[in-house]
Amino acid sequence: MRFYYSTIFLFPLFAALLCGCEKRVTRVEDGDRRQILHWGNGAEPEDLDPHTSKGEIEHNIQLALFEGLVAEEPRTASPTNGVAERWVVSEDKKLWTFYLRKNARWSNGDPVTARDFIDSWQRNLTPSLASQYAYMLHVVKNAKAFNEGTLTNFSEVGFKLIDDHTLQIQLESPTPYFLSLILHTSWYPVHLPTLRKHGRVDDRRNRWTRPENFVGNGAFNLKEWRMGSHILVEKSPTYWDAANVKLNKIYFYANESMDSEEKMFRGGQIHLFKECPQAKIDFYRKNKPHLINIAPILSTYFYRINVTRPPMNDKRVRRAMAMAIDRTAIVEKVTRGGQMPAYNLTPPDTAGYNCEAKLVEDIEAARKLLAEAGYPNGENFPKVEILFNTLESHRAIAEALQEMWRKNLNINVTLRNEEWKVYLSSMQQLDYFISRAGWGGDYDDPNTFMDMFVTGGGNNETGWSSKKYDNLIAQAGMIADPVKRFALFQEAEKHLMEEMPIIPIYFYTRPRLIRPSVKGFYPNLLDHHPYKYIYLVPEDSTR
Amino acid sequence: MGRFILRRLLEMIPVLLVVSAVTFFMMRLAPGGPFDSERAMAPEVRKNLDAYYGFDKPLLTQYWNFLKNLAKGDLGPSSKYSNRSVNEIIGGAFPVSLELGIWSLLVALVIGVTAGLIASVKPNSALDYGSMSLSMIGICIPTFVMGPILLVLFALKTDWFNASGWFFPRDRILPSLTLGAYYAAYIARMTRGGMLEVLNQDFIRTARAKGAPLMSVLFKHAFRGGILPVISFLGPATAGLLTGSFVVETIFNVPGLGKYFVTAAFNRDYSMVMGTVLFYAVLIILFNLLVDVIQVWLNPKLRFE
Repeated sequence: MRFYYSTIFLFPLFAALLCGCEKRVTRVEDGDRRQILHWGNGAEPEDLDPHTSKGEIEHNIQLALFEGLVAEEPRTASPTNGVAERWVVSEDKKLWTFYLRKNARWSNGDPVTARDFIDSWQRNLTPSLASQYAYMLHVVKNAKAFNEGTLTNFSEVGFKLIDDHTLQIQLESPTPYFLSLILHTSWYPVHLPTLRKHGRVDDRRNRWTRPENFVGNGAFNLKEWRMGSHILVEKSPTYWDAANVKLNKIYFYANESMDSEEKMFRGGQIHLFKECPQAKIDFYRKNKPHLINIAPILSTYFYRINVTRPPMNDKRVRRAMAMAIDRTAIVEKVTRGGQMPAYNLTPPDTAGYNCEAKLVEDIEAARKLLAEAGYPNGENFPKVEILFNTLESHRAIAEALQEMWRKNLNINVTLRNEEWKVYLSSMQQLDYFISRAGWGGDYDDPNTFMDMFVTGGGNNETGWSSKKYDNLIAQAGMIADPVKRFALFQEAEKHLMEEMPIIPIYFYTRPRLIRPSVKGFYPNLLDHHPYKYIYLVPEDSTR
Repeated sequence: MGRFILRRLLEMIPVLLVVSAVTFFMMRLAPGGPFDSERAMAPEVRKNLDAYYGFDKPLLTQYWNFLKNLAKGDLGPSSKYSNRSVNEIIGGAFPVSLELGIWSLLVALVIGVTAGLIASVKPNSALDYGSMSLSMIGICIPTFVMGPILLVLFALKTDWFNASGWFFPRDRILPSLTLGAYYAAYIARMTRGGMLEVLNQDFIRTARAKGAPLMSVLFKHAFRGGILPVISFLGPATAGLLTGSFVVETIFNVPGLGKYFVTAAFNRDYSMVMGTVLFYAVLIILFNLLVDVIQVWLNPKLRFE
């Protein structure tokens, strides 16, 4: 009996012993030798169709599987030659001619033609596909009308086929960031004959993105897709630049939990993943600085203010609250991930744009403004609430602000957290006073931040409206001259900071954990990392 | 017995109808919808998406359509994973949950029953107290504590197992232990209780008096009666092992169904919520039926009625 008794408690040990205790070669070590990258990719991708999926998770995989007219340069992710070998833009910056390389191939061997691109864009703009990012194509003449169903003749849309390897795009207005814009997945070509083989091209349940059916034109080809587990892509022999592709395979692991990803990283299962859990950032910075890479990205953390609700309808109140925050304390004591305090909306150096009209933190001035608004020393200040979606890090920031406003302005705000979808719906219905928000740029240009707050904009969600601001943004959309254009943005952002329908808090960084064996990987604002430049060099030191 | 099973199966239909109706309408009462995201959607796109998934029709019509498709065995498309049907997602993820469930059940039964038997042989001895204290600890430590502890000890400190994933046979061990341990603790206590009750009865005393060896008394005479409480516990426990694995699946990144069961609600993926809820409802009902049949078979005092 005693014998049986002891085995029970040794069961896990025995099981482990059966599996062998020798030091195993980790997946990362094995990958380093065989050029197999193990990429921690966050949640399960919603789909791999570049026209119906929308997030960063999907983008990371699509970047391996497709190539647009232009592609990312590895260091700055700025546009360089993709399928297009060269391009010419007209004097008025409205007519673009792209010359496609003749050796570009789909993974089934078919040549990638100008017709493929135009058919793909037609598909993406087809109303019945209901592509959420089709608006990225709206800069093209008549594309919006076609997408909204008011125009049915696609030949009136500004795409023109010249020959098999040449196409022209006519824009509505000069768009200086056009090349940056067409890096987006919504501009990727898809192989329509394959789509047709597997159903209707405007059906989101078309099974063409399954590994057995898939045809793409990227540096890698889809091999396996195990839902909830991983996606495997392999170097494509038909890719025009295959000779320069160094990686043989990439595994994209689906894992919703950052903590679990961190354990995978420590256990040598993945080379890198996007975001080190906040609680561990300090540890890595102090003890393993060679494994953590903190770099700014094109995203801003801010608070929206519902300007339709008193007392927030008074811009003096909004400004007072925005000025009475110690942002440096927030990024140094609360978030601790190397974030930069934000005194305006657009992240620094967005396509070379740096906002000049920065908000100044000044508690004395804030108190004065509050007194002018009728609340001297915070007296009789009505009940105001901060809304945030349920997450520890948002709560910590909200609590810090609550304390700063109490201390500096003597006003009391309460906190309200809501589950993600409820929070989104509250924000849309303007059912809040102050609400946590974040915005990541879709392309490298101030416009992706600034056009958020035009009157009636889908992402405005503050109730704020200003003729002056609308005009400035509209004007900026008409001008090709980059200097004049940025001057208009400067003026618009200055106006935004005077009116304060939002309170900027900080600019995001990406605290990525990454093995030193990963080479050819450069941090950049868009956080896009073209895989064809990445390679692996085994680490000398042991883990 | 055939009539008994048939009747129970027919009783399932109204139960499932009620479950589906309650789930359907409660889910629709929750604020937010499947297409709400941080980026606003153009109204035209929204309209087309609603039309594609049939969300533009009145709620009652939608429910009726759901029932009609359900009768055909079609649970509809997932609005989150736009390329997949709910049938396909469940079909892919459930076998994983099932495998995890079976291994955990084995862990629970082997450890639980053995510990319970040992404890019941010499009640109130050190051995009894020892194994019962351990099982108390097993009940008290939640899986979200047990999982990371095992993970740090056996995957990160010693490198015997992978920290995450479901790729190799050895990847099954840590999740199964974590999930099984909790149930093992319950089963140990139930086995001990059930066995003690039987071991104190006259027929056991007779058997012992006739000189039957301990092992023979334990397994030939007492076990069948003593294990009954465990059997009735197994119905809900098995269903629990299959459904309650959300935490374990998250800790070890196991691509099972438990995760979708929870995230579907967060995503407002309506057809996915309906699909998983009904699927689990059917599972629970079937397991309870199975347990009832086994109980009658083990206990002659019960009859199918």
